[in-house]
Amino acid sequence: MCTFAPQIGMNMQEYKSIIEISHVSKSFGDKTALDDVTLEVKKGEFVTILGPSGCGKTTLLRLIAGFQTTTEGVIRISGQEITQTPPHKRPVNTVFQKYALFPHLNVFDNIAFGLKLKKTPKQLIEKKVKAALKMVGMTDYEYRDVDSLSGGQQQRVAIARAIVNEPEVLLLDEPLAALDLKMRKDMQMELKEMHKRLGITFVYVTHDQEEALTLSDTIVVMSEGKIQQIGTPTDIYNEPINSFVADFIGESNILNGTMLCDQRVRFCGVEFECVDKGFGENTPVDVVIRPEDLYIFPVSDAAQLTGVVKSTVFKGVHYEMVVLCNGYEILVQDYHHFEVDANVGLLVKPFDIHIMKKERVCNTFEGKLIDATHVEFLGCTFECASVDGVNEGENVIVEVDFDKVSLLDNEEDGTLTGEVKFILYKGDHYHLTVFSDWDENVFVDTNDVWDDGDRVGITIPPDSIRVIKITD
Amino acid sequence: MNKKFLIFLSSRKSWTLPYLIFAAIFVVIPLLLIVVYAFTDDNGHLTLANFEKFFQHPESINTFVYSIGIAIITTVACLLLGYPAAWILSNSKLNRSKTMVVLFILPMWVNILVRTLATVALFDFFSIPLGEGALIFGMVYNFIPFMIYPIYNTLQKMDHSYIEAAQDLGANPLQVFLKAVLPLSMPGIMSGIMMVFMPTISTFAIAELLTMNNIKLFGTTIQENINNSMWNYGAALSLIMLLLIAATSLFSTDDKDNTNEGGGLW
Amino acid sequence: MVKKIFAQTYLWILLLLLYSPIVIIIIYSFTEAKVLGNWTGFSTKLYTNLLHTGTHHSLMNALVNTITIALIAATASTLLGSIAAIGIFNLKARTRKAVGFVNSIPILNGDIITGISLFLLFVSLGISQGYVTVVLAHITFCTPYVVLSVLPRLKQMNPNIYEAALDLGATPMQALRKVIFPEIRPGMISGFMLALTLSIDDFAVTVFTIGNEGLETLSTYIYADARKGGLTPELRPLSAIIFIVVLALLIVLNRRAGKAKK
Repeated sequence: MCTFAPQIGMNMQEYKSIIEISHVSKSFGDKTALDDVTLEVKKGEFVTILGPSGCGKTTLLRLIAGFQTTTEGVIRISGQEITQTPPHKRPVNTVFQKYALFPHLNVFDNIAFGLKLKKTPKQLIEKKVKAALKMVGMTDYEYRDVDSLSGGQQQRVAIARAIVNEPEVLLLDEPLAALDLKMRKDMQMELKEMHKRLGITFVYVTHDQEEALTLSDTIVVMSEGKIQQIGTPTDIYNEPINSFVADFIGESNILNGTMLCDQRVRFCGVEFECVDKGFGENTPVDVVIRPEDLYIFPVSDAAQLTGVVKSTVFKGVHYEMVVLCNGYEILVQDYHHFEVDANVGLLVKPFDIHIMKKERVCNTFEGKLIDATHVEFLGCTFECASVDGVNEGENVIVEVDFDKVSLLDNEEDGTLTGEVKFILYKGDHYHLTVFSDWDENVFVDTNDVWDDGDRVGITIPPDSIRVIKITD
Repeated sequence: MNKKFLIFLSSRKSWTLPYLIFAAIFVVIPLLLIVVYAFTDDNGHLTLANFEKFFQHPESINTFVYSIGIAIITTVACLLLGYPAAWILSNSKLNRSKTMVVLFILPMWVNILVRTLATVALFDFFSIPLGEGALIFGMVYNFIPFMIYPIYNTLQKMDHSYIEAAQDLGANPLQVFLKAVLPLSMPGIMSGIMMVFMPTISTFAIAELLTMNNIKLFGTTIQENINNSMWNYGAALSLIMLLLIAATSLFSTDDKDNTNEGGGLW
Repeated sequence: MVKKIFAQTYLWILLLLLYSPIVIIIIYSFTEAKVLGNWTGFSTKLYTNLLHTGTHHSLMNALVNTITIALIAATASTLLGSIAAIGIFNLKARTRKAVGFVNSIPILNGDIITGISLFLLFVSLGISQGYVTVVLAHITFCTPYVVLSVLPRLKQMNPNIYEAALDLGATPMQALRKVIFPEIRPGMISGFMLALTLSIDDFAVTVFTIGNEGLETLSTYIYADARKGGLTPELRPLSAIIFIVVLALLIVLNRRAGKAKK
């Protein structure tokens, strides 16, 4: 086997990856949609690219399909570089979100479109179209007009139109987004069936995390043009790599904690046993607990945490309750029902406590010292407590604790301005990511309630600015 | 520079080129020629004499003002008579016949001279002498479909939930009309006014035929000058008319979408 | 109920005013009298006069010219305008607005301005006026309307269908032919019809670009005729025929549009 490989320049191992995306970036003018994305899709797997709107997932799909070209980076399909190949020459087919069925053609002609372009003989076309219709459960619909079909039916025709060409990869751009809930659930099952029967690679894009968890072999979580995590559904769900993924997938409680030593962590003012190791001693960490992993019962000695129920909502499958313990609001999901103001106890098994390394413990910026009491960073001059041991004009590192940054409603009152990009609830406060107009993120802990997209003014009191000399 | 041009040529944007070149030759340059001729005299020297001639002759200014007056009267008459017609036609409670609508719109598609001819025939038949009255009647007759059609279109497309909302909030029928229907039909009204006012200021054949050339409108003056090889003066007058048209169109279109969403003719 | 009666009455009165001239012409097309208003007994002589190309050669000539000019101008503007519309659709917003403005100039100008400006163009270039100049003039004022008919179809087209065609293996030219063209075809047809009508109905632009060599269209013929005083009686059956044809066409088109909506 390996004797052929040197000629083609690859071995059987590499060929298992049907799509290789290498350091791909894409910008539209000065807006970066994708930032240095590297990804390998294995042959035959169902990969879902998951993320909120604007994270770049659709852009990535369109790059694979060929409707857009990369600003940087290389894309390979089956080992062949196709970065500059136009879409009609790529061995991929796309199912569009809005179906994009040709309105002037009926169902049969829509599906046969690609085959006719390849000059397939008529008999064969008929055979293949009928087979494709059968696969999507739309036999006998051949001569219907496309505008007489319902959304779900149109979607199936769109899928049939794509798969009849027997592509190596099927790209699906949020295909179920326009369908109602029941239809969506049914189609999800059908898609999974189709994937098994066809045996080809599916690359699926969605913002619905439940959908991703249901359908995929592998999930790629994206945010702001970068890949956050790649893993199986269980990996992503149980072991999110950072707070974004933890917050995006399923409901989570994300709390500040301290890793006391291996397998022992402290949060909510209480010590817990857990299963994670290797975080060091007395290290600040993020603690993630899924609401369904918490046991809730009337107060008793078995409780690790005690608190008062603040709200109860019936969700059909379970009740969702918010319990206030030691000043922290904890989300609990359980079949048992507890009324507001009830005193309850909570318990969580060590296995269900997931520890994540904190990406940062405070804000860190690069700056320059102007004079003894002024330092420049984030494009503005800030007053600071007097600094010794550093010369004027020297580059310095500036540290500011999260809770020392003030956000103001009135942009003009701030030293600089920015926009709230991401809000993470930490049980007893909000941890915000504010994208400043200097194009750098500022992280803020606050009890004030802000909304995504709010424009804010940012100030930092002088005695909260720590100026640190850069030691070579 | 060259590479960018080649990329442009190969993109679909370059498909605009044939038309743009055509328009440059047959739209832009001719208009510029009007300006040039307006500001030059027989020998090609720059001069303001043409405009002086206009402003100094009480006759020409009279004609100009008179034409505007006739145009305004015609437009107002068309609006007063046409709006109710459009309203009735678009109201399914008062009119269910599509053919009715077609009958009102039909005259627009008939040759303008044939239409004017018909008016002359009418006056001939009733032995009514031609003159100012005939002129105004002829103008209204000719242009009222152009007022009715855009208003009808806008009223048709109007979302009736606005009317229901107004009624729900306590408005009586008159208030519903004044405060909901009228404002919402503005795009159609504006369109209609444009399509009536502009042709009426520039028309000349209708005036000639319906008044046996006794009453001269501004358009007639321009035409006569051009026919008598007074091109420079004619061009100057045309420029004045152009400015008048430009002023009117700026006044009424605030969305430069140019897709005629406002119940335009097509 | 009372409202309805009022409303219908108003409409009928208006219609009466609008159509009495036409009705009079149609009635008097069935009589031989030279002067309108004299009824000399029912006769279809005027119709036979009209249709025999022997008599009243010039009127039929003018009519034929009108139709041929209209067909040529409409075809040319449809082609030019449709291609332009596709180009405009692909432009960035700012350029699109600018081109849209240039496109709307002939529409906003009175036809007299278009006529005079083209007259000055031909005169300055020393081009003798005749058939060709009239056709060029007609193309000038028809094309913008074609653009305005085709562009909305492009705008309401699902933008993904072009990509879908590429995705399924079509080259850009094939995608254009097989997917975009069927989408804009209705716009092209209505643009063509519109151009045709505008051309047939035109007077002001034609009169300034037709020259003095004796070429005539329907409009110029009637104009010259009316100025001489006394309208040629054959114009009556011609007008009658024109009205009936247009009425029939409109009713047919409306029926088809109504069916298509269902």
